[in-house]
Amino acid sequence: MGDIWEGLVAGFWLVVTLDPDLVEITLRSLQVTVTATVIASLIALPFGAWLAIRRFRHRRATIAVLNALMGLPPVVVGLIVYLLLSRSGPFGVFGLLFTPTAMIIAQVIIITPLIASIAHQSVRDIWAEYHDLLISFSTTKRQRIATLIWDGRRALMTAALAGFGRAIGEVGAIMIVGGNIDHATRVLTTAIALETGKGDFALALGLGFVLIALAVAVNIAIHAIGQTESEGKW
Amino acid sequence: MVTPILPLEVSQALVKRRGKTLLGPVDLTVSQTGFTIVMGPNGAGKTTFLRTLHGLERLSKGEVIWQVPLTEARLRQAFVFQTPIMLRRSVRDNLTYPLTLRGTKKAKARQLAEDWARRVGLGGALDQQAPQLSGGEKQKLALARALILDPDIIFLDEPCANLDGRAMREIETILLDACDAGTRIIMATHDIGQAKRLATDVVFLMHGHIIENSHAKDFFAGPKTPQAAALLQGDIVE
Ligand SMILES: Nc1ncnc2c1ncn2[C@@H]1O[C@H](COP(=O)(O)OP(=O)(O)OP(=O)(O)O)[C@@H](O)[C@H]1O
Ligand SMILES: [Mg+2]
Repeated sequence: MGDIWEGLVAGFWLVVTLDPDLVEITLRSLQVTVTATVIASLIALPFGAWLAIRRFRHRRATIAVLNALMGLPPVVVGLIVYLLLSRSGPFGVFGLLFTPTAMIIAQVIIITPLIASIAHQSVRDIWAEYHDLLISFSTTKRQRIATLIWDGRRALMTAALAGFGRAIGEVGAIMIVGGNIDHATRVLTTAIALETGKGDFALALGLGFVLIALAVAVNIAIHAIGQTESEGKW
Repeated sequence: MVTPILPLEVSQALVKRRGKTLLGPVDLTVSQTGFTIVMGPNGAGKTTFLRTLHGLERLSKGEVIWQVPLTEARLRQAFVFQTPIMLRRSVRDNLTYPLTLRGTKKAKARQLAEDWARRVGLGGALDQQAPQLSGGEKQKLALARALILDPDIIFLDEPCANLDGRAMREIETILLDACDAGTRIIMATHDIGQAKRLATDVVFLMHGHIIENSHAKDFFAGPKTPQAAALLQGDIVE
């Protein structure tokens, strides 16, 4: 009991005093996950919107695959990316294993299906609602897509934030492909796992506070977006 | 001089869904001017009829022919749906939307939006989100958003269903003004009083067929079919 209390206090102190290790790890976490979220969104948002509007032959199958990919265990993604990037793998020549780039690749693979799936659902709902009106106004395909993306912008941002939330808290895949190397690939989740293992609860808890704060911030942002929707601020 | 898009020729138009005939075969000529009221009991096919003329329903047979190429004809029509479709935007942006699609200058579009909002009694609601309007307000907005395009022909599917007496009178005045200004109007309604006030001619539908198509005077004075007579007497028609 005493240990935990001391750990909490020490951890809190690390956060308040902006401990250099803690700041470094936090910034790296943000750098990796923000990059992964941006890349994944650039792929997933247009793809999800396209999937919602276009009728093509294997549409149902594509959606089923997308939903299945959403359930991919991150550890398995880590393993696959590891095999692809390792010296003897097909992309071994790039020497990416155990770099932040490898971690970004793994996170992109994990969250792209998630973001695409949420984007698909929300654009599909708006399309169902707008369909007759947009046809009646004889909109061009380009005008339709622009309308759906604009009116669905909050839902699309929410999708991206959900992806960020999933990536920032993920540990299995980035542990495998990043290797949790100090000053190189150590991020919030892998550092917590390590420090806990070593029994250094102060740093683990301090990092935990940061992680929780980020998760809460993401949820507040999602909530705030929903709020602006009903108030029509932007 | 712009080529008129009317008269509209409908020949043997047939709409089927999953083997069931929803409409037709229907033959009809829509003349250049006038106010056609479409009547008939629930499920008679009024909505399907209007959507078919506007080109929203796939025809199993037959044709709907305008005097100008279809792509051009589409741009000169407007449709007000039975359940208003609101863009998730402000009232103002709902009104400017169709204008912007057609390349109207922003300032002009905003001016027209304000004029039309005022005409339908939504002048104070310009910045409100359209999906949050009341049912009647949504209908008024949908109507203004259709008329703002100054269409050659407008299809209205029970546009006054949720309106109170005063709003209905205001809307009827707007519609009569538009009709006088040369907009062809085709409107479905269940309200016999309204039909009498507005119609120049009446299309009476039953089970997907036009069973009567006559001048309003004649229709209300002496309907040719027993079903129409029953409807006018307030009896239940089936
Ligand atoms: N997509 C569809 N698939 C199958 N049946 C349909 C479809 N749309 C309409 N129907 C059927 O076609 C018939 C005519 O429908 P329609 O909506 O045109 O009637 P309506 O005269 O407008 O009725 P109301 O007065 O209730 O608005 C109804 O029996 C309806 O169930
Ligand atoms: Mg109807």
